[in-house]
Amino acid sequence: MKIESWGRYPKLPQKGLFPDWQQQIAAMLNAASDGRFLPFGNGRSYGDVCLAESGQVLVSRGLDRFIKLDREQGFVRVEAGLTLGEILAVIVPLGWFLPVVPGTRLATVGGAIGNDVHGKNHHVRGTFGCHVRRLWLWREGQLLECSPAVNNELFRATIGGLGLTGIIVEAELALMPVQNGQIDTVTHRFDRLEEFFSLAQQYDVSYEYGVAWIDCVSRGSQRGRGVYFAGNHARYRSEIDIQQRQLNFPLTPPVSLVNSLSLKAFNEFYWHTKPAHPKAGRASYLSYFFPLDGILHWNRMYGRAGFQQYQCVIPLANSEAAMAEMLESISASGSGSFLAVLKQCGEVESPGLLSFPLHGTSLALDFPNGRKLGRLFQRLDDITRAADGRLYPAKDAHMTAADFQQAYPQWQQLEALRDPAICSHFWRRVSA
Amino acid sequence: MKNILIIGATSAIAQACARYWLQHSNDCHFVLTGRDQQKLAAIQSDLQIRGAVAVDCLPFDLADESGRASLLERVEQLMPQLDRVLVAPGSLPDQQRCQTDESYAAQAFQLNANAIVLLLERLAGKLEQQRSGKLIVISSVAGDRGRMSNYFYGAAKAAVTTFCSGLMMRLQKAEVSVSIVKPGFVRTPMTADLELPEKLVATPEQVARVIVDGAEKCRSVIYAPGFWLLIMTIIKLIPNFVFRRLSL
Ligand SMILES: Cc1cc2nc3c(=O)[nH]c(=O)nc-3n(C[C@H](O)[C@H](O)[C@H](O)COP(=O)(O)OP(=O)(O)OC[C@H]3O[C@@H](n4cnc5c(N)ncnc54)[C@H](O)[C@@H]3O)c2cc1C
Ligand SMILES: NC(=O)c1ccc[n+]([C@@H]2O[C@H](COP(=O)([O-])OP(=O)(O)OC[C@H]3O[C@@H](n4cnc5c(N)ncnc54)[C@H](OP(=O)(O)O)[C@@H]3O)[C@@H](O)[C@H]2O)c1
Repeated sequence: MKIESWGRYPKLPQKGLFPDWQQQIAAMLNAASDGRFLPFGNGRSYGDVCLAESGQVLVSRGLDRFIKLDREQGFVRVEAGLTLGEILAVIVPLGWFLPVVPGTRLATVGGAIGNDVHGKNHHVRGTFGCHVRRLWLWREGQLLECSPAVNNELFRATIGGLGLTGIIVEAELALMPVQNGQIDTVTHRFDRLEEFFSLAQQYDVSYEYGVAWIDCVSRGSQRGRGVYFAGNHARYRSEIDIQQRQLNFPLTPPVSLVNSLSLKAFNEFYWHTKPAHPKAGRASYLSYFFPLDGILHWNRMYGRAGFQQYQCVIPLANSEAAMAEMLESISASGSGSFLAVLKQCGEVESPGLLSFPLHGTSLALDFPNGRKLGRLFQRLDDITRAADGRLYPAKDAHMTAADFQQAYPQWQQLEALRDPAICSHFWRRVSA
Repeated sequence: MKNILIIGATSAIAQACARYWLQHSNDCHFVLTGRDQQKLAAIQSDLQIRGAVAVDCLPFDLADESGRASLLERVEQLMPQLDRVLVAPGSLPDQQRCQTDESYAAQAFQLNANAIVLLLERLAGKLEQQRSGKLIVISSVAGDRGRMSNYFYGAAKAAVTTFCSGLMMRLQKAEVSVSIVKPGFVRTPMTADLELPEKLVATPEQVARVIVDGAEKCRSVIYAPGFWLLIMTIIKLIPNFVFRRLSL
């Protein structure tokens, strides 16, 4: 049980404190070397946002009890170490769903709040934080209830607060009703980037979920081709086992690539396996939302050096041009990315102070670590900056303090509310 | 319906076992015993939300003799027949302190050995009468061979292991199975203050899977995780003239 972030970069050795009960927290922190630490969920952040500057993390994963489930009003109160997948496993059979889920079910509630994560339905439901009714924060030896009604300032700072305001020990989450655990899907292949934007607009009207895989290698006339995946909670349930069928996006690339196919060949192949005309289907919620979770430890395929993800969001007005520029730079650089995901973010405001999404377009790509990466990231940062966009702390291991402070002017409000015992490596880097 | 009695239900390993049972059958009734009512209540709601048919809590302190005497009656009222009984309590005393503080050592030994075997004797009587059920007792790899770093704890666990071995033979006649569980290093509150060798540490969930699956198959001895069988076999084979020079 080595404590590292998902990208396994940067490499900063961490020691863990592992409470199983909230009652243990105070004693553990008192006994710890100098009491400085960072809350840590399940390490599904890619960079150094979940790594402590002091090298000591308090792992909340062991606080994993359900406290209350209100089946009438539809909310659940849980300890912060429960993963979203563990919650879904209990509530889906009862006809409820979490209004926002990220691309992994292995994120904990504390981590989902800390990064104020978003899902494929940002245009409808906003971020995870929009559905947090209350939370309980362990801060400087006290347990504080925070909600829009009490301690609102701290509530807002904690959502997207990157773990800096205290340890979230419990949270109350609003749920949304569903008929069953299946998703009606539409798979729609597109030939160029501009089509992504029109498809998103078209599907966003009647579909709750939307995301696109994009071929970031192809150039010229094929630049920006990809596949759009729209989805809605299914009204009717298929009896057949649909667990396997959806295991194609974006999970297959890593494995086949490790086996031998080059990225270019893979993308070519993958694109061509998709129907030329929109195709309807049905998937289980697990395979639709969390395809990558099907491969345990898939991050290991990048070897010892680890990998980095580049995720930015660009305001709508600038997004089409900026995305085109970025794709051009990436394909020209030759450092390809296995996984490249485009999605549109909507206008729903998060209560979170430092929430990442903006009304616009988000691009996320994984890159194996390598020497050339620095130059490419600089180029991408230039484009993001010029387009008034910003990077996602949950995925970041490289952003400069200047870019961060420019993009998140509210950062000083968070700094003022930071628990002085808490600091991440990320925060040290960007608040300098 | 599966009727499950858990003694020492606040144990991290025991909680993980309860959840694992729930993943496999949707009709579990639990009776949880323990000292800390607040923790028991938290586990109660957790198991209820995870799908238990019913969860009852019984305050019970293993160290309290009169409590032990009345325990079975109290359980009987909530759960007339026991299908699974998991006995989890244990505490890891500080070896150094045991060597100098006799009353501390006695207290720890009393809990880990005396109190456990006397309770087991009462439970055995009940199960024998039922002519059905499975008894699952958490001992430890530490009981396999005494080591200088924890021989007070190890000796108490050895007592439990030996006791269960005898119980196993007796209860066989009544078709009651006894499983002796020997966990290795597990990340739980009991080991929270220790520096454990990272590669050998398991989570309560991993261990619970091995315990419950093993017990369902009526395994007599369950090393959890399984690789500890290999490690302990080697440790037991080391001749004493070598063993006494090691610093384990
Ligand atoms: C395959 C994959 C797909 C992903 N898809 C998406 C996506 O679609 N959208 C998206 O937004 N993100 C996505 N992510 C990122 C992931 O959802 C976030 O990084 C999430 O925060 C991880 O949760 P965690 O429990 O692992 O937290 P960690 O990574 O351990 O911690 C995240 C942050 O939360 C803080 N924190 C953790 N627990 C607590 C607590 N108890 N109290 C206070 N602070 C705490 C930490 O200090 C840290 O700052 C994806 C990640 C992966 C691996
Ligand atoms: N963790 C390991 O590495 C490991 C290895 C081998 C064997 N084991 C054994 O596994 C079993 C479960 O332990 P765990 O790892 O799950 O640790 P745990 O979570 O700390 O649980 C310990 C249990 O023992 C009870 N207990 C402790 N001291 C007690 C006392 N004085 N009187 C009454 N009850 C007491 C606790 O009850 P309270 O909540 O009331 O304190 C709790 O239910 C124990 O028998 C332990 O010896 C553990």
